[in-house]
Amino acid sequence: MTPLSSQSTPLDAGWDIEQKEVLSALGKRKAIDKWFSWLALFAVVFSLFVLVVLLADVIIDGAPVLSWNFFTSFPSRRPADAGIVSALVGTVWVMVLVALFTFPIGVGAGIFLEEFVPDSLIAKAVEINISNLAGVPSIIYGLLGLQVFVRLLFVITQGRSVLSGALTLALLVLPIVIIATRESLRSIPSSLRQAGFALGATRWQVIRSHVFPLALPGILTGVILALSRAIGETAPLITIGALTYIPFLPELSLRGLQSPFTVLPIQIYNWVSRPQTEFHDLAAGAIIVLMVILLMMNATAIYLRNRFQK
Amino acid sequence: MTTNSLPPDPNDLWQPSRGLNKRVEQAVIWLFGLFAIISVATTVGIVLSLLFETVEFFRVVPLWNFLTDRQWTPLFSNPQFGILVLLSATFLTSFIAILVAVPLGLLSAIYLSEYASPKLRKWLKPALEILAGVPSVVYGYFALLLVTPFLQIFIPQLGGFNALSAGIVIGISITPLIASLSEDAIYAVPRALRDGSYALGLTKRETVFGVVLPAALSGIVASIILAVSRAVGETMIVALAAGLNPRLGLNPFVPVMTMTAYIVQVSLGDTPAGSIAFKSIFAVGMTLFLVTLAFNIISFWFVRKFRETYE
Repeated sequence: MTPLSSQSTPLDAGWDIEQKEVLSALGKRKAIDKWFSWLALFAVVFSLFVLVVLLADVIIDGAPVLSWNFFTSFPSRRPADAGIVSALVGTVWVMVLVALFTFPIGVGAGIFLEEFVPDSLIAKAVEINISNLAGVPSIIYGLLGLQVFVRLLFVITQGRSVLSGALTLALLVLPIVIIATRESLRSIPSSLRQAGFALGATRWQVIRSHVFPLALPGILTGVILALSRAIGETAPLITIGALTYIPFLPELSLRGLQSPFTVLPIQIYNWVSRPQTEFHDLAAGAIIVLMVILLMMNATAIYLRNRFQK
Repeated sequence: MTTNSLPPDPNDLWQPSRGLNKRVEQAVIWLFGLFAIISVATTVGIVLSLLFETVEFFRVVPLWNFLTDRQWTPLFSNPQFGILVLLSATFLTSFIAILVAVPLGLLSAIYLSEYASPKLRKWLKPALEILAGVPSVVYGYFALLLVTPFLQIFIPQLGGFNALSAGIVIGISITPLIASLSEDAIYAVPRALRDGSYALGLTKRETVFGVVLPAALSGIVASIILAVSRAVGETMIVALAAGLNPRLGLNPFVPVMTMTAYIVQVSLGDTPAGSIAFKSIFAVGMTLFLVTLAFNIISFWFVRKFRETYE
């Protein structure tokens, strides 16, 4: 700060004192500013530090148990023999089934709300409903799954089966897919639709052959994020009663759908809640596998987003 | 200019057969409309499936006892179901979580939107997204096997299971939620407001506290309320690290049992459908549902009522 004028006036003396006060106060204010910016930076760094500590801890504890046997063995009472094959296969089953359920239903619902009835009462109602569903704790979905899929639809699902689990998780992540679909469709310029209509195409023809293919990368990003949420969920599956000791794999057939199952998060929960440290190391190993799968899915989603969204 | 050609007779023109296309269109609308209904049906299903068993539960246990008993002993021969016991534990862990998450999340949001360079921001946001994507069972591992032993160095009387480390870790797990939603709200405050504040001679921090945060208040408060609702519903961290010990009180150093942990405990056991313990998880679930619903409604209401809109 430089004085506004070097001219001498009768008020000069008073002006000088005030300016000094202002400048010294300004110095203090700037110091507080500096401290605050460091504090804010600290908050971000602290969160990231926690992430690094978490990953480092898991890797240090879990890396030694990662061996071929770990991936090919069933859970066991003896930590040295225990593995994650049934949990890993269960997670793949659940992921594929959830994708099969949520992709058509979520995308269909998204297209319906965004393209066929935009700005209508139905769209508004479903929108409010979806944002409410997003606030429902996941364990409540487990109670829903227990009542509807395990007990009410027992004939179809055979109770606590991989099908019941996948249906429960599909309901849980459906809002994510619907929202991603709507946002992706919204980003497609309407001139494209109007060009189609001008050529006499029906709304569905325009969507199927022009709008949907362009919106697909955004939609796929949403589906992948939804799936990564689904395979990390534990609470709803525990609530529907997914067994934790599964010494077999579901058959690769329609009957396999009705087979009891376990998934990685449940196996991790089971191992962490045991008192012996050997099991804790196994849990850390399973966490590494789960985190690698999740990171790969997230990386794919980010890649799709960056590659196709301009 | 004159023209003597008549308009062509429509019947002479080529007419595509669009009957099939229109029927396909109708079918698609009905099918996709049905899919859209599924999300509404989910809400109805949740309410009905909770309500059904809850009503059964209250036929056996009077609502008054449920609300006023001070014991939670579902497996005793003379069971008592005082929801206050579980509510106090849920309140305790959520409160600790909020104490951790609000300063961390809000400061992170301020840093990301006001201080970080665009390049740094591009790196920090995905890193926070990873933190948000860590499954809660992994946070549970972290709380039980890393945070609790670490805290025991400073607090020797801390139990192996306790509300404190569970609450802290829940706080860390919801920090990205507050950070990302608050950042959206702060980022949406128009640049002109900041410039006006700078023109009056305010520093950056004074601008943030005096102008930007008040302007973004509705979004920030909404993000905090949503985070509270998330903390209340958090399950795996408390089931692993907070213990399974129903106890009324707010001591963070001892094992407690939250509503979600109780549901997990009963689900893991072989509780036959129709027993009172089985019905009780739906009554607890209903309570949990109503609490989180209340928070969500308050959050919506707050945004609608206090949102500042700018041209």
